[in-house]
Amino acid sequence: MKRFIGFIKKEFYHIFRDKRSLFILFGMPIAQVMLFGFAITNEINNVNIAIFDKSKDVTTQKIIDEITASKYFSNKQFITHQAEIESVFKRGKVKAVLVFEKDFSKKLTKDNLATVQIITDATDPNTANTITNYVSSILQKHQQQINKEIKTPYKIVPESRMVYNPELKSVFMFVPGVMTIILMLVSAMMTSISITREKELGTMEILLVSPLKPFQVIIGKVVPYIFLSIINAIVIVLLSIFIFKMPVQGSLFLLSFQSVLFIINALSLGILISTISETQQTAMMISLMGLMLPVILLSGFIFPISSMPVPLQIISHVIPAKWFIIILKGIMLKGVGITILWKETLILVAMTVFFIVLSIKKYKIRLE
Amino acid sequence: MSISIKHISKSFKDVTALKDISFNVNEGELFGLIGPDGAGKTTLFRILTTLLIADEGTATVANYDVVKNYKDIRNHVGYMPGRFSLYQDLTVEENLTFFATIFGTTIEENYDLIKDIYVQIEPFKNRRAGDLSGGMKQKLALSCALIHKPKVLFLDEPTTGVDPVSRKEFWEMLKRLQQKGITILVSTPYMDEAALCDRIALIQDGEILQIDTPEEIVKHYPKIIYDVTASNMYELIISLNKYQHNHSVYPFGEFVHYTDERDDFNPEDLLKYLEGKGLKNIVIQPTKTTIEDTFMELAK
Amino acid sequence: MKEKNVIQVKNLTKKFGDFTAVDNITFEVKQGEIFGFLGANGAGKTTAMKMLIGISKPTSGEANVVDFDVYTNPEDIKKNIGYMSQKFALYDDLTIKENITFFGGIYGLSKSIIKQKSEALINELNLQEVANELVGSLPLGWKQKMAFSVALLHNPKIIFLDEPTGGVDPITRRQFWEMIYKTAHNGTTVFVTTHYMDEAEYCDRVSIMVNGKIEALDTPKKLKELFNVKNMNDVFLKLARG
Repeated sequence: MKRFIGFIKKEFYHIFRDKRSLFILFGMPIAQVMLFGFAITNEINNVNIAIFDKSKDVTTQKIIDEITASKYFSNKQFITHQAEIESVFKRGKVKAVLVFEKDFSKKLTKDNLATVQIITDATDPNTANTITNYVSSILQKHQQQINKEIKTPYKIVPESRMVYNPELKSVFMFVPGVMTIILMLVSAMMTSISITREKELGTMEILLVSPLKPFQVIIGKVVPYIFLSIINAIVIVLLSIFIFKMPVQGSLFLLSFQSVLFIINALSLGILISTISETQQTAMMISLMGLMLPVILLSGFIFPISSMPVPLQIISHVIPAKWFIIILKGIMLKGVGITILWKETLILVAMTVFFIVLSIKKYKIRLE
Repeated sequence: MSISIKHISKSFKDVTALKDISFNVNEGELFGLIGPDGAGKTTLFRILTTLLIADEGTATVANYDVVKNYKDIRNHVGYMPGRFSLYQDLTVEENLTFFATIFGTTIEENYDLIKDIYVQIEPFKNRRAGDLSGGMKQKLALSCALIHKPKVLFLDEPTTGVDPVSRKEFWEMLKRLQQKGITILVSTPYMDEAALCDRIALIQDGEILQIDTPEEIVKHYPKIIYDVTASNMYELIISLNKYQHNHSVYPFGEFVHYTDERDDFNPEDLLKYLEGKGLKNIVIQPTKTTIEDTFMELAK
Repeated sequence: MKEKNVIQVKNLTKKFGDFTAVDNITFEVKQGEIFGFLGANGAGKTTAMKMLIGISKPTSGEANVVDFDVYTNPEDIKKNIGYMSQKFALYDDLTIKENITFFGGIYGLSKSIIKQKSEALINELNLQEVANELVGSLPLGWKQKMAFSVALLHNPKIIFLDEPTGGVDPITRRQFWEMIYKTAHNGTTVFVTTHYMDEAEYCDRVSIMVNGKIEALDTPKKLKELFNVKNMNDVFLKLARG
């Protein structure tokens, strides 16, 4: 028994004297819980919507004010042409378009019935549903309000339409996200240990005392993995299309190009992690545990970013996965092209260049 | 002057690894850095191969400054860091080809340089480096360090942990290499290997104890060393340690190396004393001084 | 001193698949002896030692250590021996005192005995000033000497030393061997492996393993006569060269 206790005592000494264990033991859970708590939410807040008011009368104005006054919706944008509906969805600027039919008030007084079209972007079916419900309930409330003061009840009928995913398949929401996460984690993990492995084995010393330049080492370590990851990506895309019946509305060529770009981005992130980690264990932990949870939560593929507190929304801008998911959904579900996705593409390119340049800078040319 | 070291000092946190080291290595010399673990050998090597920057002092290798011209040094030296740093999952031939390629040459170009060494491992050229024995790994590492015909060769403890037969063969290879005009700086904790070098520097705790040819170093040992033996080693050592005139008492295999503090020491006195202690079969005779004796005397 | 056998090995063999690491070795070690177990890296020394200290099961053959069978009573063997290796001896992130307390506890010593031995050990090695420092901050030589003493805390009948003086400076190496002599003088058997051939000379008897077999076993003096050489290094060279 004494032996046993003596052994436990020793284990405590080891734990408390290893700063890294302590950080993992106490630091990481706190960080993750905070992240989880604030990021996970099924509510929707601050969703961008657009309004196509064909009537522009007092009633519609009142309803619109009520809708935009709620915390659920923000940044209202006014559309004036039918054609704009599709373009505004394609550009991903809004999640819903409300269309008020012509002569709204007249129709209410004459026919006791007017309709409001709620068109939602159903690439994220949960959000689409929630938006439809929220808008419907606001319309209902307004309806009840009006009916208090008149004799014959009016009816404001919401007509809901889901675009890009009329059957509300949740698979359409998950598959792009899962594709992204897996591509990113696997790519980042593979390269993150490659430099640290050389450091651990001691072969780094010989590489340093040779004519090889830092950029040759770094890019040289990324290149083989590009080919391997492309195979990975192809398999994932094929699985999505044939098993999960994901459509590819847009250009397959563009899809391939963007996937390769994202792969290079993830590989570069891995290399960056490699240059700052001393051991393979550290590198794996950072690329797996350190990246996984924040990316899953903050890329917006499960939980809407707009519903998160502002600091988290800002952080989500630096998560490459977020931009790639927008690109993936755009090409596969909405069929958009590079003219609309140029901004996201450019951001990914810039991030990749940044990671590589930073890796080269951080690559230690000496042992200290 | 192939290697020039001037007043190099280096500390890590609170440990001083090197204290004011200065010496030169001439072109074509086989120079030995002799000292135990922790003496500072690896730190010095890393400074000379530009992997670390010294806190104080300067150094040049093949006339290139180790800080300002580090790229030139990295292009022109051969380096074998301690503990066989090869790619364990590449074969013998793949390792050699890799190192040849990154130095911009081929195996064929400088084959004559490594031929003596490589023929011994050539039968295993398709075997992974990780599956080789210690002696063979060492030969492969040496070949990889030489393949680009460096002007200066740095070998950090190349024989540590290797069996005596391989050690002997390795030093024979080094001697042959030296004849081809390569400057070789070797570090080793084995004192017997020191005798095989042109000149050596004895180093302990970051300080140089002495630098000279092995013969001269041994010549300057201040006293006569006596081999002493008796039937019971343990009792002998205790008795010698208790002897009031002793200067040093060190076990050396089957004998004890004894030196007396007196200049006019007469072995008969010691014999009588030891007999008085009850020891049998006592033999006391003068012996040749070795590098190890000198090292310990300087390190005291 | 009794000439009892503390280790008895007969036809001991260890195979890994079709690779025979230890090939049918037979030898005895007497109480109070300093027995040198030599051989090149990969000759099978470490594998053989692991079987004797009870952490590896032999493929075939017999072996008894301090009268316990290595097959049936490895736990009893572990309780009655001391062990120290070059690769690991003490915990670097524990202090000297904590290490002694820990190992004392593992060996089942009472608190009062641990305290007593702790003081004795610290005084003997002159470690009073650094007793509360982490072992990792000590020079290698001090660590090795301390590890040796800690392995003897529970007064085992035999202590196994696996390359204990690797990399240590020459003076400390000799101090270490003086400690070994003292231990043997007090009746503890010392089973030591080393690749410093001059250290082989300190042993009472020496065995040399080549490719899993014992190719020589005798006192250093007799081995040198047999091979007609001046030192153990040359004995080894002659044996290994074939």
